[in-house]
Parts: sequence; structure tokens; C-alpha cells
Amino acid sequence: MSLLITGAVLPDGTSTDLLVDHGVITELGSGLSQRGAHHVDAASLQALPGLVDLHTHLREPGFEQSETVLSGSRAAAAGGFTAVHAMANTSPVADTAGVVEQVASLGEQYGYVTVRPIGAVTVGLAGERLSEIGAMAQSRAAVRVFSDDGTCVSDALLMRRALEYVKTFGGVIAQHAQEPRLTEGAQMNEGALSSELGLAGWPAVAEEAIIARDVLLAQHVGARLHVCHLSTAGSVEVVRWAKARGIRVTAEVTPHHLLLDEQLAGSYDARFKVNPPLRRAEDVLALRAALADGVIDIVATDHAPHPLESKECAWQEASFGMVGLESALSVVQAAVVDSGQLSWSDVARVLSRTPAAIGQLAGYDAPFTVGAPANFTLVDPTARRTFSAQQLHGKSVNSPYIGRELPGRIVATVHRGTATVLDGELRPEEEVAARG
Amino acid sequence: MKHLLSVRELDLATAVGILDLAEDMADVATRAVPKLATLRGRTVANLFFEDSTRTRLSFEAAAKRLGADVITFTAKGSSVSKGESLKDTAQTIAAMGIDAVVLRHPASGAARVLADSEWIDAAVVNAGDGTHEHPTQGLLDAYTMRKTLHGDASRGRSLDGLRVTIVGDILHSRVARSNVWLLQTLGASVHLVGPETLLPLGIERWPVSSGTDLDAAIAEGPDVVMMLRVQSERMRAAFFPHEREYARQWGLDDARLARLAPDTMVMHPGPMNRGLEISSAAADSARSVVLDQVTNGVSIRMAVLYLVLSGGAA
Repeated sequence: MSLLITGAVLPDGTSTDLLVDHGVITELGSGLSQRGAHHVDAASLQALPGLVDLHTHLREPGFEQSETVLSGSRAAAAGGFTAVHAMANTSPVADTAGVVEQVASLGEQYGYVTVRPIGAVTVGLAGERLSEIGAMAQSRAAVRVFSDDGTCVSDALLMRRALEYVKTFGGVIAQHAQEPRLTEGAQMNEGALSSELGLAGWPAVAEEAIIARDVLLAQHVGARLHVCHLSTAGSVEVVRWAKARGIRVTAEVTPHHLLLDEQLAGSYDARFKVNPPLRRAEDVLALRAALADGVIDIVATDHAPHPLESKECAWQEASFGMVGLESALSVVQAAVVDSGQLSWSDVARVLSRTPAAIGQLAGYDAPFTVGAPANFTLVDPTARRTFSAQQLHGKSVNSPYIGRELPGRIVATVHRGTATVLDGELRPEEEVAARG
Repeated sequence: MKHLLSVRELDLATAVGILDLAEDMADVATRAVPKLATLRGRTVANLFFEDSTRTRLSFEAAAKRLGADVITFTAKGSSVSKGESLKDTAQTIAAMGIDAVVLRHPASGAARVLADSEWIDAAVVNAGDGTHEHPTQGLLDAYTMRKTLHGDASRGRSLDGLRVTIVGDILHSRVARSNVWLLQTLGASVHLVGPETLLPLGIERWPVSSGTDLDAAIAEGPDVVMMLRVQSERMRAAFFPHEREYARQWGLDDARLARLAPDTMVMHPGPMNRGLEISSAAADSARSVVLDQVTNGVSIRMAVLYLVLSGGAA
């Protein structure tokens, strides 16, 4: 099927029609027409390159009650994504070529998004010995990002070796920065509020100390480092310092850390329990500023689905994590676009081009050019909606935004020339799988 | 009052009202038949996900003196490890027909979660949630201070101007938290003392003064010294090096006891580690009101159960 999009506003602010055929953009300009093409009237809609998430938990294999590759792919498409990087903390852990190939091929089969598996750094995420990094890199899944996300590679020697070894395959280590001893039993950001609430604190220093150590290790061995879900003002300063010294470090922030702060823990509503925890209001402001000035390179969702029973309980008993694929762009708009800190061109950079570059995912360096793969999304930034479970398409509903008014709405998403979302609705599985 | 989850929900008038109602309840205890029929036909469920025989018995005695029926559920250790969730247990008990839940739970905020949920519609009384709060302990402590000071002339009074020093593991103490907020509401001033490791981060934003020197605090001549229980597992987690060092620095020993004014109240929420945070002489001295605290606990819990079950205002 060919697609004719008319009147879309590109990230640079210009308007254009787009013609899509055989998976690529074949024509740009005004007054385009094509007989037989499906026409999408995009007048006043913002076109963005397909969003790329560097941090998604798809839960398959092993935790299919929370999410599957299919349900997570659908949630991603509904949120404007055309590629996701699937974290390794599945069961079995993605620490062998077999597991990563299975996950990647399921993604291919369903066709909603490109699924790029992330490989575990250590066997079973146990932090003891390196996993089959080379085998995963050379597998059909061509893994380039390695992470023990959920746990930190806290052993300094193992981290050094991992940083060095992945260089062999052009890979990058994505570190979940959390000093384990400083965060035993931790429940929320440590500070005056955690003291009042009687919840064990997760101190900022437990994140900042690991980031500081890792940037120095990366400098020492000349490796690339990616810092997952940076959450504190202090971490921003460490990364700023490292970049100024020429250390090859990139950093991500989640949408929720850009919008929500620790005060929400006061309700003991476990939907707000996440790791790293929601921080102080001043941290939120520092993260926004750092995203605007480039110290933080990308936004990544840390989409973390959990079944109801993991959240319908006392805070200490609840699982860490929030779903975030469907809400990500709206939250970014609310936090930094509507305030004027980021333009839509910046959004395209932090949610598509740079995450694709870090993940070494081809096809995202020159969007909206003739011959480029047709991966894009159309957004109505003027829409406002009260976020509800109806807007979630994955298997879990642990969203912190339910009941909150958010700006923006995804109207259409196109993955490799196939519409995965049209008129704000996901296209059927058979249609997407057949064409994708 | 629908629930009692935190003393921070209580304004001055409500707090004084509860203490006054507890005075009436205490009068009942002195009758030939120390029982009321006020709550006849109502059922109170004690849900104890954490061991606390004292608190459970106190609530049980309070409910029975008001004529209510009491059923009790106790689960040792973590509810999750036993596969028994707060939701399932609460709904199971609720299905038996109950009017109020007295909840003791190792997780901070558990009572709030239960009250905010739609799992049950019974009244919820927080009988201690993790390291967050223990509201009826705060109330019984305030009642004991007021009664010791003013005797039969207590009704209607706040604790204006009273100077209370609380000593020990503030960080992990729900008793300390409930006392801090309630005593502030009642007009008392609070001084917290302990090793830096056991004083919570951000304490400078609490409505208290704090320090590490118990001798200096005693030299200030406080009206009340409240010693908190210290658990030996804190020592293993490097909060302090050794029990003997703790006792030497922060224990109410005989020498410190001797330096207290004769009318200084010595309090302890129990159970006491004699020889660690409090010496036997201090625990058994004329200044000690430890057993009054236990007695008054029943009156306070009668008042609280009455208020949540009658929906009345204090």
C-alpha cells in the first residue's frame, strides 16, 4: 500500500506532503497526488521521525503475564515509536544468542516496531562473569547495546572489562547506576520526605558515585558509556564534567523523571514507585535544563509493565516501575515542549536520531528525505486528553498518569512504510504483520 | 472521624477532644463492671501482619470494654512471603462482616493504602505501619503526660509549653514520628537525641530541635524523657559499633537518672531493653510512668474505636 500524507509540519517547521511507497519516502513537496494511495490529511499535524526507545521492558520470554513482544510492540506503535530496545532482564535472561534472536524475530514477525534486543552484560545479570557478548553481537539480532538494567554492574573490575570488551564489537554498555549497598531495601528518594514517610531512602549519591566511577573507567580504557535513566541534579553535573573532559558518555532521562517528583510518594500509591525513584522538584528542573542544553542526550521510557497484584499492595511490597510507551511523547511535550525549552526539532533529536545513533540502528539519520525508510509519526499537539487505561495497549496498566490531563495525541504511526496507527487507532495485527 | 491513619490528620481541637474522651473511658474502668454497651453488635477485626502482643491485647481490651466483638488475624513475618496479601486478607475478613479494622503492618503506609482502596468499607485504625506512625501510641503518650501533670484537672488542656526529649533510634521509630507531630499540635516542644546515624536525614525540617548529646539534653531540665527501644540488628547494620557504647552514650543509666528533676517523667513505649537504653532503676523509679502508659493505652484505644465506629467528632 502506498500512503499519501498531505500538509504535515516537519520538525524544522516547514510544511510538506509525503508520498510513501515500498517502505520508503518516494516524494516530498506540495500538491502531491497518487492514485490508489491511502490518503492521510495531516493538516496542522506535527510530523516526527519514528520514535526510538533505548530502554523498554518487553518481558518476553518469561513474564508474559506482564507484557509480550506483541503487546509491547503495539503499545510502542500507539505511542509513536517505530523501534524499541528490549531490556535483557527476561527469563531466561537475554545473555545468549538464542534468546536475543528469538526476541528480535518475534518483533519482525509482528511488524509494529523494530525490536532491537539488548544483551546482558553478565551471565544471568548476576554480576559475576561476562555473558556471551561476542555471540550476541554477531547473531542475527546484531546486538550493540549491553546492559544488566535492573541491577548495576557494581564490581569495578567487571565494569572495566565489560567496557573494554564491547569495544571489540563496537558496542556500548548501558549502566543502571545504583550502588547496591547504599540502596539496600531502598523505597524512595532519600531526604526529608522519606524520613517523614518512614520509607527507606535511595540516596542520590548511590547513583552519582557509580556514574562518577564509570566515566573515569570509560576515560581510562577509552570506551563508550551510556548512563540509563539519570535522575538527579548531581548526576547531571558529573556527566557535564565528563563531557567537558571529552569522555565518550551519553545519558538518558525518562519522561517520568522530567514531570513527576517525590511528593507523589506521600500517597503511598505504588503506581509512583519506580527505580530510580522520583526525585526532588529541583532535580526535575535540573534534568529538564540538562536535556535542553544537551548534557542529557536522549529520552528513554523505561517502560516497565507489572501485573495488578504487584501494585495493589503496600508500597514496600510493590514492584518498581511504570509503563510509559503510550504516554512518553505527551509527557515530554508537557514537561519541556510546552514550556519552550525544547523545539519539535529537539524532540526529534532526543527521541529518534540520537537514541538510534547510540543503538547503532540504521535508517534514522536523515528522516523526511527521499529514499529514507518511512518511519515517522504524526502528532496533534493541540489535543488534550485525560489519560486513562483505555489509552494503554500493553498488558499492564501501571501508569502514573491515569487521571492526569496530558497534551498531544498520536494520530498516525508508520513503520517501514506500513501504517501501524491511523486515525489514532492501532491497525489490526493481520494487516500489520502481512505488510511489515 | 472515618479512620485514624496518622496523627497529622488531627488538629488541636480534635486531638484534645480524643484525650478528653479517653478521660471518660478511663472513668468506666473504675466502675464495678468496667464495660459499656456502646458498641454492642459491632465487630472489630485486629489484623496483625507483625508481632505485637501488647498492642493487640490493648486494642482487644478496648473493644471488649465498649461491648464490641473482636476477631483477630495474625500473620508472622512478611505477608508477601506467605502469599497472603493485604488486599486478600482484608477482603476475607471484611466478607465476615466487620465494622472496623485495626491494622498492624510492617510496611509504612499500609493503613493508608487500605483506607484509600476500595477493597473494604470498614473504618481503619493504624496500629503501627512500618517505620511511619503509631498514632494511638502518640495519643496515649500525650494523654499520660497530661494526666501526670494535671491529674483530674486534665480535661480541655493542651500540652502548651511542655518540653519533651525523645532519645534513641529516631530513624526507625514510628513512635517518635507520631509523638513529634502530635506533640507539636498540642503545643509541646520536642528535642530529639541519638547518634547521627539514627537521626533521620532532613531532621532540620521537622518542627523539633535535635542533638547527639544526652547529657546536654538532661542538663536542660526537660519535663519528659522518652527512651526508645534499640534493636540489636541496628548494630549489625553499622548504625553504632556496640551495645555497650550505645548504653554509655545514649542510655538512661543511674547517673543520668539522678540528674533528672524529681518530677521529670520517664517514659518508654515498651518492650524495654533493661540495661541498654534504660537501666532497671530508671524503669522502676518513681519518675517512671511506663505502666501508666500501658493503662492509658486502653482508654485511648476505647476513645478511638468509639469515634471511628460512631462516626462522631471528638
